[in-house]
Amino acid sequence: MNKPLRRIAIFCGLLVLALLVRTNWLQYVEAETLNTHTRNKRVQIERYAAERGNIIVDGKPITGSVDSNDTYFKFKRTYVDGPMWAPVTGYASQAYDANQIEKIEDGILTGNSDQLFFDRTMAMFTGEKKVGGNVVTTLNGAAQKAAFERLGSKKGAVAAIEPKTGKILALASTPSYDPASFAGYSGKDEKAWLALERDKDKPKLNRALREVYPPGSTFKVLTAAAALEHGKVDDINAPTDTEEPYILPNTRTKMVNHAQGCENATLNDAMKVSCNSVFAKLGDKVGRDNMVETAEKFGFNAEQFTPVRSAASVYDTKMDRPGNALSSIGQFNTATTPLQMAMVTAAIANDGKLMKPYMIDSLESPSLDPIKQNEPEEMSQPLSAKNAQLLQQMMENVVENGTGSNARMGDGITVGGKTGTAQHGENNSKNPYAWFISYAKTDSGSPVAVAVVVEDSDASRDDISGGGLAAPIAKAVMQAVIDSKK
Amino acid sequence: MSVVTNTTTIGAIEAPSRRNTELMLLAFAVVIPVFAYVNVGLAIDGELPTGVLGYGLGLGLLAGVAHIVVRRFAKYADPLLLPLATLLNGLGLVMIWRLDQSQRLIERIESRFGPGSFSPDAPKQLMYSAIGIALFVGVLMVLKDHRILQRYTYISMAVALVLLILPVFFPAVNGAKIWISLGPFTIQPGEFAKIIIAIFFSGYLMVKRDALALASRRFMGLYLPRGRDLGPIVVVWAMSILILVFETDLGTSLLFFGLFVIMLYVATERTSWIVFGLVMSAVGAVGVATFEPHVQQRVEFWLNPFADKTWEQSDQIGQALMSFGSGGVLGTGLGQGNSDLIGFAANSDFILSSFGEEFGLAGMMAFLLIYGLIVERGVRTALAARDPFGKLLAIGLSGAFAIQVFVVAGGVMGLIPLTGMTMPFVAYGGSSVLANWALIAILIRISDTARRPAPAPAPSPDAEMTQVVRP
Repeated sequence: MNKPLRRIAIFCGLLVLALLVRTNWLQYVEAETLNTHTRNKRVQIERYAAERGNIIVDGKPITGSVDSNDTYFKFKRTYVDGPMWAPVTGYASQAYDANQIEKIEDGILTGNSDQLFFDRTMAMFTGEKKVGGNVVTTLNGAAQKAAFERLGSKKGAVAAIEPKTGKILALASTPSYDPASFAGYSGKDEKAWLALERDKDKPKLNRALREVYPPGSTFKVLTAAAALEHGKVDDINAPTDTEEPYILPNTRTKMVNHAQGCENATLNDAMKVSCNSVFAKLGDKVGRDNMVETAEKFGFNAEQFTPVRSAASVYDTKMDRPGNALSSIGQFNTATTPLQMAMVTAAIANDGKLMKPYMIDSLESPSLDPIKQNEPEEMSQPLSAKNAQLLQQMMENVVENGTGSNARMGDGITVGGKTGTAQHGENNSKNPYAWFISYAKTDSGSPVAVAVVVEDSDASRDDISGGGLAAPIAKAVMQAVIDSKK
Repeated sequence: MSVVTNTTTIGAIEAPSRRNTELMLLAFAVVIPVFAYVNVGLAIDGELPTGVLGYGLGLGLLAGVAHIVVRRFAKYADPLLLPLATLLNGLGLVMIWRLDQSQRLIERIESRFGPGSFSPDAPKQLMYSAIGIALFVGVLMVLKDHRILQRYTYISMAVALVLLILPVFFPAVNGAKIWISLGPFTIQPGEFAKIIIAIFFSGYLMVKRDALALASRRFMGLYLPRGRDLGPIVVVWAMSILILVFETDLGTSLLFFGLFVIMLYVATERTSWIVFGLVMSAVGAVGVATFEPHVQQRVEFWLNPFADKTWEQSDQIGQALMSFGSGGVLGTGLGQGNSDLIGFAANSDFILSSFGEEFGLAGMMAFLLIYGLIVERGVRTALAARDPFGKLLAIGLSGAFAIQVFVVAGGVMGLIPLTGMTMPFVAYGGSSVLANWALIAILIRISDTARRPAPAPAPSPDAEMTQVVRP
């Protein structure tokens, strides 16, 4: 009977082998997939197992942790001025995962990142409790506060950048939400989450980074930049030979001008009063491909990682001539995030050099030692310094003498800006968006460029509302930045 | 007057008994769980667990008693079986104690049955282990020779049938009717039935093996036995399917069927039985799966462990898989994993995933190899046994052990559909611990008989003649 016994021994061996192979498969090959599975609660448990590190603005934390005496999630996230900072921090919820900085820098905040290996090992020997590291942001508390408070009950967003470095100074979005309201996983948290989900004003949407709006007339600065860069205009004070009314190429559609005196206006004047015809014709003259080239140099058609991902702004690469002409004044299917328009403004204010926008200045270990310091990084040079200065002249003219007068600041501060009111909806049936982009300049260069968009319910006429609604907000933000530098 | 002295030059060759080897291995098998126990205490509370001395002494005492009994009553037994079983039992106790400390599991019980309803399982398991070792001692002391069991062939069959049928009359627990409750005690008769049925098969097949092997007709290349020899086989096959249907116990029926095919194959030495067995089990499995919703559900859970519907009904498989995954190669360390997320049956059917998470891949391999070693020692015992009954019983018991380990571990690791069986020695549960200690005792008894040196030859009559005649 020994022959079959030996075969059975082999069979039993195969059973054990199958189990060994399976355990290797699960614990080695599949381990990563299983560990990051959406159903795996361990990520969440780990996230709240120890006191989470903080997100820092101006040296002060805007987040916190409380011991919630829970067997699953020991600590719960708290927020200082939650609604104001939500577009920056994102949320960290025991029930609904996390997003934005809370998610991207989760490793540092929980203390599990490999970058903290040394600290963890030290803590193991000294017996210290595990805590997370900190994320130091580039944001400016005063600017953020000004942006959020000035937006108030209006729907809209503000993005402000330091042109020289690309540091993001303010990132506000209204209506906002309080990430603390659903930080836990109780019934109350669920109710708060569902209410936010159902809210048709979409408070959870980060309008500064993730919503794309038609930019309206603010896009004209980009058209002007493209024209200067591609040599279609040399002298901004020379007549542009624009007929009135201007007929869109290949069509019989007349371009509507809300402004007066656009016939044959100079580029400078056209910018000042915001002539549609002049810029539509100019855009047509530059041509679609050249327009696309410049727009993409400014960051269009690509997502930006700040490191929070922004939506890609759109300048259509395949449209026909009339579409391109319309797009040159920020209509048709051109759409941008507020961050993108802030980048355009910042590049102009920084003499043509576009710095990569970022909002995390540095990462700190739990013992406050720096782990990683982010340095300003040049993204592209969409226009020459000379052309940038020409654009600055035009934009400053807009504020001094034109539609952007509401942003004037005085006290030796030069402000350049551009208003915009973007029509949208079929036959412009929906309420337009009021835009304002601007930068401030002191003797030591420009400390801030800002883009403001207000989803306006009262605006009716081009430019007036951009100047009327959005410009004061931009002014308040610029003022806050300049005051905080003093 | 003649002096009778044995002057034969051929004495019995003293085979080494290896009892001291066993003692040394047992010391390891006690020390390792004690360290593990200390480890859990330090990881969870940051201090030495208060019970460490009592626990260490308790386990040591049990192992010591078992060892002395083996030394006295089964001197030549296999030296590996007892230490391996002790190690598994000890590690199981540590893991059950570790899960007792889980606030989540305590909360879970208390939210269901009211505050104060939680009672730790580790002390109970320690008691079961003590009873299990008592049973082990009892078997070794009472059963002087395993061949005595041969006398009870048909009684075993009757007892096994009764044990298997009894749970039908008791309410289902969590979808499977595998329990009988006697007052405060619940017993899983299937665990004991597997031993008893192995005894029946051994006795029956030993008698019938020639008839089964030789008196058969060739049909399509297969040897088919005569009806009267085939009868009991069909009965057992039908029985295992019936258990599956009425008690919704996939594991036990698979175990019995596998056991039977293995023993039949060993007894008759005909490969056709393997083919026959596979065909029959395939027919049975497909037949049952088509109309038994419980089985269909298990298959569904197995195929899509993370689907929404699965998750709603039972997240256990998925949770177990994630436990293994999060253990990774080296594990999280005892007491530092989150395997308690499995919730229900974390310390019984699913205890292996706790080991997987906290000991990691390295620990799991060691763990599976320990089981593999037990099986290997069992098969070796069967090879060494001198009587066909002993051979059949040893291969039956170790085959059953192997199949049970495969079915449980495979189920928890998502290799095959999950069935409600317990991992021998480590899972919480009285029936399981008792039955498996009895199983080890019988294997030790057979191995003792197998390795025992042949008795010294009787004084040869010739010796008289060659005596030197003194003047």
